[in-house]
Amino acid sequence: MSATNTTQSNDQASRTILLDKVTKHYPGQLKPAVDCLTLEIPAGKIVMLVGPSGCGKTTTLKMINRLIEPTSGRIMLGDEDVTDLDGDKLRRRMGYVIQAGGLFPHMTVAANIAIVPKMLGWSKDAISKRIDELLDLVSLDPALYRDRYPKELSGGQQQRVGVARALAADPPVLLMDEPFGAVDPITRQRLQDELIRIQEEVQKTIVFVTHDFDEAVKLGDWIVIFGEGGQIVQYDSPERILAQPANDFVEDFIGAGAGLKQLTLARVRDVQLDDAVTASPGEKGTDVLARVQQANHDYAVIIDRRGRPISWLSRRQLSRLDTISQSEKPDLPLVAEGSTLNDALDAMLASRLGAALVTNRSKALVGVITFDIVMKSINQLRADVQTADDESPVGTNTDSPEVAEVPNE
Amino acid sequence: MNDAARSKVTEDGTTGRSLTIQLVAILLALAAFAIWLATANLSSTERATLNLSNLLAYTGEHLALTFVSIIIVLVITIPLGILLTRQPFVRASGTILAIANFGQAAPIIGLVVLLAFWLGFTFWTAVVALVAYAALPVLRNTMIGIQSVDAQLVEAGRGMGMSATSVLLRVELPLAVPVMLSGIRTALVLVVGSATLATFIGAGGLGLLITTGVNLFLPSVLVSGALLVALLALFIDWIGRVFEHYARPKGL
Repeated sequence: MSATNTTQSNDQASRTILLDKVTKHYPGQLKPAVDCLTLEIPAGKIVMLVGPSGCGKTTTLKMINRLIEPTSGRIMLGDEDVTDLDGDKLRRRMGYVIQAGGLFPHMTVAANIAIVPKMLGWSKDAISKRIDELLDLVSLDPALYRDRYPKELSGGQQQRVGVARALAADPPVLLMDEPFGAVDPITRQRLQDELIRIQEEVQKTIVFVTHDFDEAVKLGDWIVIFGEGGQIVQYDSPERILAQPANDFVEDFIGAGAGLKQLTLARVRDVQLDDAVTASPGEKGTDVLARVQQANHDYAVIIDRRGRPISWLSRRQLSRLDTISQSEKPDLPLVAEGSTLNDALDAMLASRLGAALVTNRSKALVGVITFDIVMKSINQLRADVQTADDESPVGTNTDSPEVAEVPNE
Repeated sequence: MNDAARSKVTEDGTTGRSLTIQLVAILLALAAFAIWLATANLSSTERATLNLSNLLAYTGEHLALTFVSIIIVLVITIPLGILLTRQPFVRASGTILAIANFGQAAPIIGLVVLLAFWLGFTFWTAVVALVAYAALPVLRNTMIGIQSVDAQLVEAGRGMGMSATSVLLRVELPLAVPVMLSGIRTALVLVVGSATLATFIGAGGLGLLITTGVNLFLPSVLVSGALLVALLALFIDWIGRVFEHYARPKGL
């Protein structure tokens, strides 16, 4: 956060967003939709706004780009007070992604992406270059997709173009309003993974509205849980919300299996893996067995020439083999390094050995993950949460503006 | 090619075929009429009425009535229709539609004659009646076309920083074009048919052949007039369809 603060003069750099005692009161409604909300959204982070429907999360999001004008309160973008800026000009500096992408059906993919840069007066060449760049970023081949119309794309592809369009003018802020709500679960997961990858590259300040708590845990650096009437119930890291829910409302909202959800927060590459005794096809069974016994392991992993595991033999199997065959075992419990501990646990439960083989990008073996390792890391996670400094961003509602906390940025 | 694209191609094929059939039928009927006119055994009165320069003059008058009326309709109702979809004018849309509805529900012949007593027996009186008669389909389809644009798209546009006008011009209107064009075509066909009645107030057009045929009991003149009006209506409808086909935004 501090690193990005130094570059705030540059519009492309991500910026902190601060809602300062913002209220939205719709005419004809008794209670305000959002009530005196003070919310800090740290630069370069993904902040998830979650809560039941009607809790004011979408209203809050739309007040940031002033699609909804706040009744009172100030909105700061970095050091700049944008509350009274022309709404259209402000919105050109904020990417906006909605459900199903919201692509204009009568424009090609390229024309859709070009909208904001054109409004900002970019040159044709610059726009064209940017379109290719962005399509690459969202993993769509420019040559193939530039000139297609939205209806010639799948739902997931449309959503990717939607993200590309929002990033077109390289805005410091990206607002996403339930963007993945209308795609099937498998596509949604892919899009989420994609967003994590894109964020690693672009480092935007992202505000993301969802009603799916699991999505919030997966994507969020921070999660704001809203109750009725735009009341912030808890604003914290996913780890801490899972380990220490603020009250029964949050607990209910998290739903069953908070422990399992914590496992989705850690990735296999982050934990210390066990080594494995490896062997190649053609070796003598007794030689391998000797190595396994020497290492005090229960099994050996047979790998091919490129290091990819092909089977997994126990001591008993090794003792019965003369030479190790080349035959592949089809249902090896494999997990990728990038998988979550939750996925790893799932793979382990499916294997009889209570462990899973971890592979890297080229499918080569990097180690073995066991129940013990998972247990250890979950304990570690909990301990970290207990000892972590209270550095969460400001997020409060207050009825008396005088006493509202104002962060000293 | 994916399914959507493939179905678009077959759809194009069917539309293209039906357009060709319509044009061929119109041309065949016209040719048949020309052959009949050249070879039939007609009285001298009939000959005098049905000579080529007369026919062309009547058709020209008819087309003038039609196009002047339709252009006035477009100039009035399209901006009005757009305006009625904007806040705060949405509230007036019910009233305006009721008035437009009244214009169409009133029998056109009554409208023409009544207006003639008020405005005089002229070309422009006929135009006023035709405009009142044809306003509704264009007005209504303009409104429906714009209203049926997905609200999400409008929000996406505003969310990207497009102004309300820019969203209207670049998103709402292009997407409303197919519905608007079909309203315009309906209005055109209505006007071509109704312009026949302009003859009752001396405003000319192909209706003259029909009244002459009735008054002088010349069935061949009467039928010629009716046939030419029908062919003209079909031809205008054909032009409208061709235009609709090619003006439809790609990607829809």
